[in-house]
Amino acid sequence: MSFERIKEKLNILADAAKYDVSCSSSGSTRGNKNKGLGDSTGMGICHTYTEDGRCVSLLKILLTNHCIFDCAYCVTRKSNDIKRAAFKIQEAVDLTINFYRRNYIEGLFLSSGIFKSPDYTMERLVAVAKKLRLEENFNGYIHLKSIPGASDELMYEAGLYADRLSVNIEVPTISGLKLLAPDKKHEDFTKPMLKVKNEILIYKAEKKITKSTPIYAPAGQSTQMIIGATGESDKDIMYSATHYYKNYNMKRVYYSGYVPVADDSRLPAIGSQVPMLRENRLYQTDWLLRFYGFGVKEILNDTHPNLDIDVDPKLSWALRNLSQFPIDVNTAEPRMLARIPGLGMNSVYKIINARKYRKLTFDHLKKIGVALNRAKYFMVCSGNDYAHKDLQAIQIKGLILQNSQGKFRNNYSSQLSLFN
Amino acid sequence: MNEAKILVYDGSFNGYLTAVFQAFEQKLIIADIQKEESAQSGLFSDAKLVYTDVLKSKRVWNGIQKKNNTAIKNIYFAFLSETKGIELLLYRYIQKLFSETELLHLNFSDDIVLKISQLAKSVGREKHRMEAFVRFQLTKDAIYFSNIEPDFDVLPLISKHFKSRYADQQWIIYDVKRKYGIYYNLDAVEFITLDMDGIHSNKTKKSNVFTDEEYEFQDLWNNYFKSTNIASRVNLKLHTQHVPKRYWKYLSEKKAVS
Ligand code: SF4
Repeated sequence: MSFERIKEKLNILADAAKYDVSCSSSGSTRGNKNKGLGDSTGMGICHTYTEDGRCVSLLKILLTNHCIFDCAYCVTRKSNDIKRAAFKIQEAVDLTINFYRRNYIEGLFLSSGIFKSPDYTMERLVAVAKKLRLEENFNGYIHLKSIPGASDELMYEAGLYADRLSVNIEVPTISGLKLLAPDKKHEDFTKPMLKVKNEILIYKAEKKITKSTPIYAPAGQSTQMIIGATGESDKDIMYSATHYYKNYNMKRVYYSGYVPVADDSRLPAIGSQVPMLRENRLYQTDWLLRFYGFGVKEILNDTHPNLDIDVDPKLSWALRNLSQFPIDVNTAEPRMLARIPGLGMNSVYKIINARKYRKLTFDHLKKIGVALNRAKYFMVCSGNDYAHKDLQAIQIKGLILQNSQGKFRNNYSSQLSLFN
Repeated sequence: MNEAKILVYDGSFNGYLTAVFQAFEQKLIIADIQKEESAQSGLFSDAKLVYTDVLKSKRVWNGIQKKNNTAIKNIYFAFLSETKGIELLLYRYIQKLFSETELLHLNFSDDIVLKISQLAKSVGREKHRMEAFVRFQLTKDAIYFSNIEPDFDVLPLISKHFKSRYADQQWIIYDVKRKYGIYYNLDAVEFITLDMDGIHSNKTKKSNVFTDEEYEFQDLWNNYFKSTNIASRVNLKLHTQHVPKRYWKYLSEKKAVS
C-alpha cells in the first residue's frame, strides 16, 4: 500500500470523524475464536488520550467524507469547502488490523458521510466489518454507524458483524432538526434504531433456546446529541435522553458540546467557546439517572429547566431538598447514602461493608475516601452531631464553593463568570 | 527459642508463601520476612533461610482462597508492588484473615486491610496501564516486540490478557527494569531473559531489527493521534493525568522517531 496516500486519507477522515465523542469499547461478549486475532470480552481499554483529554480506544474514521446532505452543524456537509477523500474497503481493513496488532487500539469505529444513498453507504460499512470478521478472523471491537434511512435488511446484517451500532440523533428537539438538517426526517433516525432494538431482543430470546444463535450487536446501541447548537434547555436534552434510554434500550447517550464548524446564522459563530462545563454537568446528570437512582424530574423540571453551572447536579438537588438531610451514614439505606453530596457509589459500597464492623466516625469516612468537605453538611456519623443544622442552602453552597476547587473552576473561570 | 525470627526467602511469591507456611506450622514469632538479596538480620532475632516448596505454598494459597477469594488476589497484587516491608504487612494480614470469621477484606476501617487494598489497587492500576500502553513493534523475524518499565512487577499479571488477545502472532513483552520478559510462541507463554544490546531499548532512533513498514505504521498512528484531537478542547493537564510523562518514551504517538 502507498503509505503517503493512506496518510493523507487518514488525516482527512480521522479529522472528520473526531466530533463523534463515543469511544467506548466495552460491553461486548465476543471472545477470541479459533486462535484468531483479538478479544472483546474485557472492559475496553483506553490506549492513549488525546491532548484534549479524551480516551482513544478505537480507530475512529469515516469511510468517506463525501456527503449528499447539508446538515448545518456538520463539517462534512455538502456545502462546506473542504478536502474530500474515501478509503477503499481493503484499506480500512488493513489499517484496523495493523493498528490492532500493535496494541494501539481495541478496534474500529467506522462512520461515513452519505454518498449516493443511505443504503449504498451502509452496504460499504457492513462490507468492512464483514471482511474483518470473516476474512481476517478479527475478534476486536467494531462500532458501526447506522446511516439514517438505511434499510432493515442492512441493519440486520450490520448487527451480525458489529459489536455496537449507533445513530446520532444530534439535535435533541424535532424543531431543531427541521431547522438544521432539512434533508433528514426524524423517522430516518428512529427506524434503524428500532430495527436494532428489536433484533437485539429477538437475539436475546433465541439465545436462551439455541446456544448457537449468531450474536447480534452484543454491546448494544448508543446515540449522541450535540449540546448548545440550537438553544435547547438541559431539560429538553435530558428528557430526550431518557426517552431514548427507555424506548430504544440505549446503552449510552453521549453529549457533545457543539464545536463551531460553520459560519451560519442558525448556529453559534466560529470561535465560540465549546460548552464543556455544561457538557460535564449533563454527563453527571446522566450518571445520577443511571446509577444513583434519581428520576429525571427530580433534577430537571419546569421550575428548574437548566442545571446549575457552579455546582454539580447532585449537590444542587441536595441544596433544594435540605429537608431530606442530614442522613445518618451508620443506618441509612444505600439509596439514601447515594444521595449525599461527596459520596460516590464506591464510597457507598465501602461504607455499607465497613459499618457492619463498627460505628463509623469521621476518621473512618476520611480513610474510605469520602469528600468530607461537601458531605459533612448533609450527614451525621458516630461521635459527631449535626453541627450545621442552622445553615441555609445558600450559606452551605457558599462554604462549599469557597473550599473546593471544582475540576473546571480554574480552567473555565471566564466561562463561569458568564453565569454568575 | 521464643525469640522473634527473621525468615529469608528467595524473592518469589512461592518462596514467600512457603515462609508463611513455616511461620504458621512452627508457630514462629515473626520479626520480619525478607528477600535473600536484601536481607539483613536484626540485632535480637535469628535469621532463618526458607527453601521454596511449591507444595507448601500451594497449600497456603488454597487455604487463603478457600477463606476468601478477593483476599488472595489482594495479597498477590500487593506482593507484586515490591513495597518495602510488604512481606510483614501481608503476614499480619494473613494472620488476621485466619483469626477472623467475617469477610476481612471488606473491613475498610482496619488500617492493614486498607493499606493492602490500596496497594493491590495501585498494582491493579499499573496492570491496566501496561495493557493499554504496550506498543508492539514488528521485528524482521516476525515477532511483535515491546519494552515496558512498569512501577511494579506486573508481567505475571498481564500475560493472560495478551495471550488471549494476540493468539495468532508471536510477541514479546520485556520488562527493562527487572530484566526479564514474557514470550508467546503461538502456543504458550514462557519467561525469557534477553541480552539487550541497545537495539531493542526503544530509542527514538530507527533500528534495523524492525521492518521498514513498522515505522510507516508508527507514523500513521502518530498522524492519527494528531488528527483525532479537537484543538478547541485542548486540556493538557487532563492529558498528562491520564498519560503520565514517565510512560511517554514507550508510546510511539508521544515520541518522535528520527
Ligand atoms: S448526513 Fe451526516 S455526514 Fe452528511 S452532512 Fe449530515 S451529519 Fe454530516
